[in-house]
Amino acid sequence: MEWFCNPSKEPSSMLVDLQGDSSLQVEISDAVSERDKVKFTVQTKSCLPHFAQTEFSVVRQHEEFIWLHDAYVENEEYAGLIIPPAPPRPDFEASREKLQKLGEGDSSITREEFAKMKQELEAEYLAIFKKTVAMHEVFLQRLAAHPTLRRDHNFFVFLEYGQDLSVRGKNRKELLGGFLKNIVKSADEALITGMSGLKEVDDFFEHERTFLLEYHTRIRDACLRADRVMRSHKCLADDYIPISAALSSLGTQEVNQLKTSFLKLAELFERLRKLEGRVASDEDLKLSDMLRYYMRDSQAAKDLLYRRLRALADYENANKALDRARTRNREVWPAESHQQLCCQRFERLSDSAKQELMDFKSRRVSSFRKNLIELAELELKHAKASTLLLRNTLVALRGEP
Amino acid sequence: MAAEREPPPLGDGKPTDFEELEDGEDLFTSTVSTLESSPSSPEPSSHPAEDISANSNGPKPAEVVLDDDREDLFAEATEEVSLDSPEREPILSSEPSPAITPVTPTALIAPRIESKSMSAPVIFDRSREEIEEEANGDIFDIEIGVSDPEKVGDGMNAYMAYRVTTKTSLSMFSKSEFSVKRRFSDFLGLHSKLASKYLHVGYIVPPAPEKSIVYLQRTVKHPILLQDPDLRQFLESSELPRAVNTQALSGAGILRMVNKAADAVNKMTIKMNESDAWFEEKQQQFENLDQQLRKLHASVEALVCHRKELSANTAAFAKSAAMLGNSEDHTALSRALSQLAEVEEKIDQLHQEQAFADFYMFSELLSDYIRLIAAVKGVFDHRMKCWQKWEDAQITLLKKRETEAKMTVANKPDKIQQAKNEIREWEAKVQQGERDFEQISKTIRKEVGRFEKERVKDFKTVIIKYLESLVQTQQQLIKYWEAFLPEAKAIA
Repeated sequence: MEWFCNPSKEPSSMLVDLQGDSSLQVEISDAVSERDKVKFTVQTKSCLPHFAQTEFSVVRQHEEFIWLHDAYVENEEYAGLIIPPAPPRPDFEASREKLQKLGEGDSSITREEFAKMKQELEAEYLAIFKKTVAMHEVFLQRLAAHPTLRRDHNFFVFLEYGQDLSVRGKNRKELLGGFLKNIVKSADEALITGMSGLKEVDDFFEHERTFLLEYHTRIRDACLRADRVMRSHKCLADDYIPISAALSSLGTQEVNQLKTSFLKLAELFERLRKLEGRVASDEDLKLSDMLRYYMRDSQAAKDLLYRRLRALADYENANKALDRARTRNREVWPAESHQQLCCQRFERLSDSAKQELMDFKSRRVSSFRKNLIELAELELKHAKASTLLLRNTLVALRGEP
Repeated sequence: MAAEREPPPLGDGKPTDFEELEDGEDLFTSTVSTLESSPSSPEPSSHPAEDISANSNGPKPAEVVLDDDREDLFAEATEEVSLDSPEREPILSSEPSPAITPVTPTALIAPRIESKSMSAPVIFDRSREEIEEEANGDIFDIEIGVSDPEKVGDGMNAYMAYRVTTKTSLSMFSKSEFSVKRRFSDFLGLHSKLASKYLHVGYIVPPAPEKSIVYLQRTVKHPILLQDPDLRQFLESSELPRAVNTQALSGAGILRMVNKAADAVNKMTIKMNESDAWFEEKQQQFENLDQQLRKLHASVEALVCHRKELSANTAAFAKSAAMLGNSEDHTALSRALSQLAEVEEKIDQLHQEQAFADFYMFSELLSDYIRLIAAVKGVFDHRMKCWQKWEDAQITLLKKRETEAKMTVANKPDKIQQAKNEIREWEAKVQQGERDFEQISKTIRKEVGRFEKERVKDFKTVIIKYLESLVQTQQQLIKYWEAFLPEAKAIA
């Protein structure tokens, strides 16, 4: 199935309020979904001297985004920064399955019902598609907006290099490796925090750490549950399809007095269905997606704290090594310089981490604000539309003899 | 429940009804013995209610009801049923219980149940409303309530007793307001008596109670049934002889039997020469209606289910939003998230209430009608049996005549006399059969006409109520979100 999509310009900004900086503008201007992959057209507009042209496009696939993300993560220079979370892999599996099941389907539903259900599933597919585009776009846009990250060489390559980056997807060994690395990281973190003598000197970070740990868990929870609410709503909306159909056929064979009532009801439920569907998708966008994004972002912040903690541990170890060297009066100078380096690194990380975490907070707050307001406004809009619809039907029904 | 909304079929005023009743009584002295198979054949049926509904071919109202048994006082009555005598009999062993008199369906009783902090669901007290709405000066003013379930006795012999309260201005009752205690088997007993008396005459007795209040209300709505002394005794007398033969199935069992019987009838091959196209048409019409209603009912049940899921999921989300709000260290955002959690909690309540409405108005309306239609079909079947009886009588008469002729030829004077006697007897039976058939046909036409009228009114009323409940939900939503919006905007 091929889908062309010209995503509107605004979706990404709903997740992150990005200070517009016109010196480097990145967007995904087009996207095509093929059998098992999505091809994104990344368009850059820039007056920066580095680039050969002021406006250019390349085609990228998901794996290349991941490559870019990993490159940032592994770069020591950015250890003190929150690396924007990688976009999730495009996943149309569930949606495809549903469409397939519908196709094999159920002979008991009418042609009309079938058409409606197909329409719903196609809309769902399209929504997932739009979302994945938005996720990939916001990733790039955050990079472009960050004063340090935007200057990365790999980033330029990603944006400009016309050919395929030849980054294949991770093979099993690499995936496993990545998985193990995560485990090692958590173990390490546990070790470090348990390390005696490792005192968190800075209240700010102490607070942030406690906060982030709890926050991350809770936002993940909230995200999962918001997803379930959204799905229930969708289910509910879909239920109106057979109800409307049954009312319709009752209407056509009924006695006169009930005939119009049933037909009006059938129409009512059809419209209600669309409204419920919109409620569901708005909840999805404004609530679920936002929670999901900040779940990932808070994980990125946690990663930053881990790196800083690691640097602190290194610094502590270097101190101890220096003390030992001094007592033994051997190899003092290398120990001193090593300790110096560790100290500098730690301080550098702490400073930038502080800034990053404060940015994270303001980003989060403004995004929540925007989305919650929009959510409330949309819910109101739909509720008012439903009320009007219901009232009109009631008037019509009551008016019948 | 209440007032009969249309004048009784044969005109206003009681005298006519009594006449008709007497007529009817004549009918049953002769027919009772032949048509009715009294509920004396024991049939084992030790099913707990859940089992029954699982087996029913039709919709599973009992199952759902029992899950949500806050409103159905009789949910506990099934205990009585299975605890009581080991031999259980179906109330109408061979006949499905036809029942019409569709009243505005499914009124709920105000449960004075000792159920916990559960927010009492909206009480759809139609009975009073009907009396108020009633403008065309009808004379049937009677209101019935069932309440106060209480467990009587202990252990094996325990049963649930209910208070049946009647308020009426009808003169046939000695007081204007009175109440009695009845147990579930009493209800079944009443049904059994009424059914046995009126069934094959084409009148319809409401299906046996699953929802007792509806049952009673429907019964008193029927102008003929209202006159019945057994009904009066049920409503009035403080002591009711124990209905022994009715420790039987709950309404769910009735439904199952109705369905089984309906199937049996379909397989029955009564080839009737239908001289009246009306009957054929009507039967077809009801058949179609039945199918459509079942389909709709199934879809509505799915709706109820999903709305309940939505409610549960919303509640869960509300909790996690509250937790998130607690964690959030930005004060204004934290407060907004807590407010969001509160809104979601209220919305969860809304969903629950709406699910109730979905079920008790929409779904129950449909399942009531599915059962009623089964009863209507049963009445049509009775007519067929009636016709068969008449037909059989005619055949027998013919045989007797042949016998007489043979005897005459064979010249056996005493046998001739006997044959002549038998001929007279069967001639009378043929006449009676024809009269019965015509009577039942007439009655059915009337009843069906009335059923249709009631049905239209019923459906409309309930649908309007249901839509109003939807409007209410939406308005509440508006209220909640409007209250939340400034909180969201206040995030600095």
